[in-house]
Amino acid sequence: MITVLLFAYLQEAVGKERIEFSVESITAKELKKVLEKEYNIDLRHVMVAVNEEYVSENEFIHAGDTVALIPPVSGG
Amino acid sequence: MDNELCEGCFVNNQLFVITKEPISIEEVVKKVIRPEAGAVTTFIGTVREFTNGKRTLFLQYEAYVSMAEKKLAQIGEEIKEKWPEAHVAITHRIGKLDISDIAVVIAVSTPHRKDAYEANQYAIERIKQIVPIWKKEHWENGEKWIGNQLETKAYPTGKPEERDLD
Repeated sequence: MITVLLFAYLQEAVGKERIEFSVESITAKELKKVLEKEYNIDLRHVMVAVNEEYVSENEFIHAGDTVALIPPVSGG
Repeated sequence: MDNELCEGCFVNNQLFVITKEPISIEEVVKKVIRPEAGAVTTFIGTVREFTNGKRTLFLQYEAYVSMAEKKLAQIGEEIKEKWPEAHVAITHRIGKLDISDIAVVIAVSTPHRKDAYEANQYAIERIKQIVPIWKKEHWENGEKWIGNQLETKAYPTGKPEERDLD
């Protein structure tokens, strides 16, 4: 199981703060593809963080990891 | 983070903080005051009423709090590498903020003023690049999540249209 956290407009688009995702291992890129299709969202400009660190698209995510989809940030 | 002794202590004893409460400038500054310092710079980010002629009623900030505090601490480490004598404290507020409310306070102390100015500017630029905080602007006739640090991209369709995070 992978937990995916959603923020800002993604949270509103999906209507949830988190998604539980049943998979043993998947790349960040593949995960984005699956979520885009399932929830009809565009994740092309969204960064992926695994366990609170940004990762590249080719990074593998494993069961037990907490993933966050990070839209372009606008703090400050 | 200076929180080894800090199980259950006040969050304000930490150097890098995301808070829902109003920020005390004085408290952030105090964290970097020390005998070796000859200069302290503060950056105070406040909520602006007009952006490109459009009136903002209030802002709503949201954060991935645990990661945001880590990224603020990372900025502190980056500053230590570039300006080894600098001490940094950053507090960013989230939740609903009204016009002129303080959204962020950055305090940097150094032995000499030039480093304090430079390191402080570095901190706010990095916040706008890597810290997972988002703001939603509320206007008289609508609301939008703002998509990048230049405040020029919003997502009327709920989707970003081009690469913003460089």
